Amino acid sequence: MADAAPAADHDRTSPSLRLARVLAVGFGLHLKMMMRSSFDGFLGVLWPLFFATIAFLMFRAGAGGESLVFASFGAAVMGIWSSTSTSAGSAMQRERWHGTLELLVSAPVHFAAVLLPVTVAMSALGLYSMTATLLLSRFVFGVDLPFEQPVALAFAIVATVVSIGAMGFLLAVSFVRYRTAWALGNLLEYPVWLIAGFLVPLALLPAWVRPISWVLAPTWGVDAIREAASGGGPWPEMGLALALGAVYLVIGIAVLETVLSSARRAGSLALA
Amino acid sequence: MTCQYGEGYGNPPLATRPQALRLAPVTAVVEAIDLHRTYRTTTGTFRRRSIDVEAVRGVSFEIEEGELFGLLGPNGAGKTTTIKMLITLLIPTAGHARVLGHDVVDDAHWVRERIGYVFGGDRGLYERLSALDNLRYFAELYGVDPKRQRARIDELLELVGLEGREKERVEGYSRGMRQRLHIARGLLHDPPVLFLDEPTIGVDPVGARELRQTIAGLKDAGKTVLLTTHYMFEADSLCDRIAVVAKGRIVAEGTPRDLKGSVSEGVVVEIEVYGIEDSTVELLRTIEGVNSVAVEDRDQAQVVVVQADVGREPTHDVLARLDGVSLGRVTTREPTLEDAYVALVTEQPVAVDG
Repeated sequence: MADAAPAADHDRTSPSLRLARVLAVGFGLHLKMMMRSSFDGFLGVLWPLFFATIAFLMFRAGAGGESLVFASFGAAVMGIWSSTSTSAGSAMQRERWHGTLELLVSAPVHFAAVLLPVTVAMSALGLYSMTATLLLSRFVFGVDLPFEQPVALAFAIVATVVSIGAMGFLLAVSFVRYRTAWALGNLLEYPVWLIAGFLVPLALLPAWVRPISWVLAPTWGVDAIREAASGGGPWPEMGLALALGAVYLVIGIAVLETVLSSARRAGSLALA
Repeated sequence: MTCQYGEGYGNPPLATRPQALRLAPVTAVVEAIDLHRTYRTTTGTFRRRSIDVEAVRGVSFEIEEGELFGLLGPNGAGKTTTIKMLITLLIPTAGHARVLGHDVVDDAHWVRERIGYVFGGDRGLYERLSALDNLRYFAELYGVDPKRQRARIDELLELVGLEGREKERVEGYSRGMRQRLHIARGLLHDPPVLFLDEPTIGVDPVGARELRQTIAGLKDAGKTVLLTTHYMFEADSLCDRIAVVAKGRIVAEGTPRDLKGSVSEGVVVEIEVYGIEDSTVELLRTIEGVNSVAVEDRDQAQVVVVQADVGREPTHDVLARLDGVSLGRVTTREPTLEDAYVALVTEQPVAVDG
């Protein structure tokens, strides 16, 4: 019988190093792929700007001042969330159309390591719209944005991107099994805008909604960004965002094997 | 008929297999043991109804080390479903499969590290990325040593004749170039076992010939290969053994020579007709000594191809039953390998109930 050992070229580095490489290369290539569509990029920037403009006009007509700063950072994170929630489903659907989903599933690496870089790349792409939104608020609406702790702000943004990417990962797990689950991402886009307090302070929401807000990483991510920008202490919020991101990852990884096994049983991986 | 039906795992007998294999059993590299696969699909818009479709109905075969084994059959015969069970993408509804002695369901990860999968067609590549990026990504997923990746990719690009084009985006590639890139991708981790699912489909004749040379080279390199195709000549020129699949079952298995031998005697009558009813075709099938009847469309006409046993001259009986049908040219000839294939996949001499 043929040699049962993997080929001589097989990567014999430590599993953690190999995982890091798979994540990094996957992130880089998926980001490259997404950035190559100028039309997608144009829409990704333009779309959130419309919503941000509506928000700015409403806030300017109302309270103005501090509220506009609040809305600016909220609208900026909205772009990251929208990019992830709506794209995570379509990305899985695209893998189906391209016939690559089966190849990814049949690769000898945990599927979580394949999926996570895709969704984190999407939330990273949301940085485009975040930057555009902040520029819009500064130069079009004349909002005097504070940047009290630039280093902490940079960390807060990275923590927000990663935790939203992890949330997208949890969504994408369901998209692997159910072909039409991409609609779930679209469905969740606007409620999270509201519940995570992007534009409206959580204090204004009914008390029963707040526990839902607390388990959403974007809630803490946007808080951390606001705190860092205004010179407060962003670290607890940042920690919570990352911790929730880790919880999403653990849940996603735990159910992924079951989901994949179900897809292999149902034969739904190749169905577009 | 040299090519026999029925034996082993409840399948057609393997009487055509080399004698040595039956005398001294060798552990097979790939084993399919009474594989079944059923899909559930729905019909209707408002009143939905679930239907179970049996794509594979008890397929069994073994592939020895270094062998190039062909699964030959028409579209929808169950070839791709069988291959997907073997490469761990589908879980069999019943039956088992082992690759290198490991169960494809229980030891999926172990199996994945040691197999390569290549399928035909345009899909399965990232169009917006270059060939190099595609290969780099899959090299990472398949755990190719980072220090060896670039050298390995260069070797494979040369093997499949894509050197110098690797930095171009795949969206600009021809079907043949994509197919060659698919093969390079499947070989990245140098797997001992390869599954090639219709790798030449849609490729022009010259490109297909080059691909067949590449596939023959894989066998020379000692790989164990399972190839699915619906081209008889492709299976004939490449495969050590062939299993003919029709409607989810193996209807014959043997060497290409065995299959040819099964039809070397007998006679084929071709009758050009202009409009023939299905009921008339059925009537032709009832003629004594007739093994198969197939209808092929050629330009404005159709050609009825009737295969009969040796010593039978069915022309008279056939023409008698075509009374009232507009006829053209009638020819009689010796059967070819393609006739054997057509007879097997259209008639299925063994009972294929259910």
